[in-house]
Amino acid sequence: MSDAKIELRNVHKRFGSKVVLDGINLTVPKGQSLVVIGGSGTGKSVMIKCVLGIIRPDRGEIFVDGKNVLKMDQSEREKSLRKFGMLFQGAALFDSLAVWENVAFGLIQGRRMKRKAAKDIAIEKLAKVGLGPEVGELYPAELSGGMQKRVGLARAIAADPEIIFFDEPTTGLDPITADVINQLIVDRVKELGATTLSITHDMASVRKIADRVAMIYKGKIIWDGLRADIDKSGNDYVDQFIHGRAEGPIGMDVLKP
Amino acid sequence: MTFFTIIGRVVLALLAEIGRLALFVWQAVSHIIRPPFFWRLTAQQMMRIGYFSLPVVALTAFFTGGALALQIYYGGNEFNSESIVASIVALGITRELGPVLGGLMVAGRVSAAIAAELGTMRVTEQIDALTTLSTNPYKYLVVPRVVAAVVTLPILVFFADIIGIMGGFVVGTSTLDFNAGVYIKNTVDFLKLSDVTSGLIKAGVFGFIIATMGCFHGFHSKGGAQGVGRATTNAVVSASILILAANYVMTSLLFAN
Repeated sequence: MSDAKIELRNVHKRFGSKVVLDGINLTVPKGQSLVVIGGSGTGKSVMIKCVLGIIRPDRGEIFVDGKNVLKMDQSEREKSLRKFGMLFQGAALFDSLAVWENVAFGLIQGRRMKRKAAKDIAIEKLAKVGLGPEVGELYPAELSGGMQKRVGLARAIAADPEIIFFDEPTTGLDPITADVINQLIVDRVKELGATTLSITHDMASVRKIADRVAMIYKGKIIWDGLRADIDKSGNDYVDQFIHGRAEGPIGMDVLKP
Repeated sequence: MTFFTIIGRVVLALLAEIGRLALFVWQAVSHIIRPPFFWRLTAQQMMRIGYFSLPVVALTAFFTGGALALQIYYGGNEFNSESIVASIVALGITRELGPVLGGLMVAGRVSAAIAAELGTMRVTEQIDALTTLSTNPYKYLVVPRVVAAVVTLPILVFFADIIGIMGGFVVGTSTLDFNAGVYIKNTVDFLKLSDVTSGLIKAGVFGFIIATMGCFHGFHSKGGAQGVGRATTNAVVSASILILAANYVMTSLLFAN
């Protein structure tokens, strides 16, 4: 696969005796939106953090644009991180900075842009997520959860990244706000032509933003297919998950006393 | 058997913690000398760590100097006390009590604040967010705090020296009816430059301990509000103990000849 933007090969990670990633193999082709689904604590977040270099896997290889990011030195790595944008689960806005400074953070600190120019871009990006320039002067604590997510999205797209990660973009939001966020994600990603990797357990979100879906269970990818095929996957685990049933192959080892 | 298991576990945990700390200190120090530098943040931290600690440190020094004068007067024989009180207050404050008590007060104030702030940033993923915005968290968060503490602690202790000696002077001249001119003359005659500089060197080291302990425990906090609380406590306790231990080592080195 020469057009693979991100590729994980046999990635392992354990914390103490707890195995979190047990040989992940996953490829995201350029321009595709891949959504990884899976229950809580199945290693979804850890997988994304391995790609970003926040967590170092014990074994395996991770390629971004064909280069093994685990073999890069620090400056190469920091350069490669400029291709990325990320929307965090709790938005992870810096609460000591105004909203516009949050959005412009990567431009000012990471790319050494002048504050004035960065502010103009920040205001423009805020408009793209449906927020007026007056919001830019507020502080994150003054915003609702949905607005924080929008600011987080604006910050993720501020530097026009080639790759965007979404960590549970709709968690904690009401269904309508969630749909607004999903729609914004779809629109902004199309506009940028970015490759995206999202993790979620919200099926509405999956159906809206995914081109392809992969399911992670016990640190392994157990199913991988197009969004259209998800309802006829023939995989009991996937079926149980997308219908949200307590009974099924996944619940078994949890339910045992 | 279980007894040895417990000992083994404790030893392993301790060694792991020392290893983590060593790596952390290495990261922090290696980033101090590599650009880019965040001057504005460093100046901001100097205000918070140094300037705003001034009242606490000044009050501590004043009362310590006063109490010291009384103790020497009551404890020693009253014959010749006028010269002994002045000289011992001056030496005691500049060599030991100024740096140590000043360091402990700042440890309580600043280590806790740093650990709470960085700990909250850790659990809300703000530190991970920095990485995704091509900003190294060690550079952006740790270096400004460490540099600010190392620079401002000696300045704080220098003021503490002056105010502590003044505390002794006020008690000596008012309660103990010493002659003000003789007291000052005795102080100036006895005090050598090396007494003051040795205290200021200690203060710089204490500043390093205070900031690194706050940052280290904040960086490695996990598990929500409880984890942040634990990090805060650990930061203050470890900073205080390390200050006292380092003080002993430095006293034996600085005054060995």
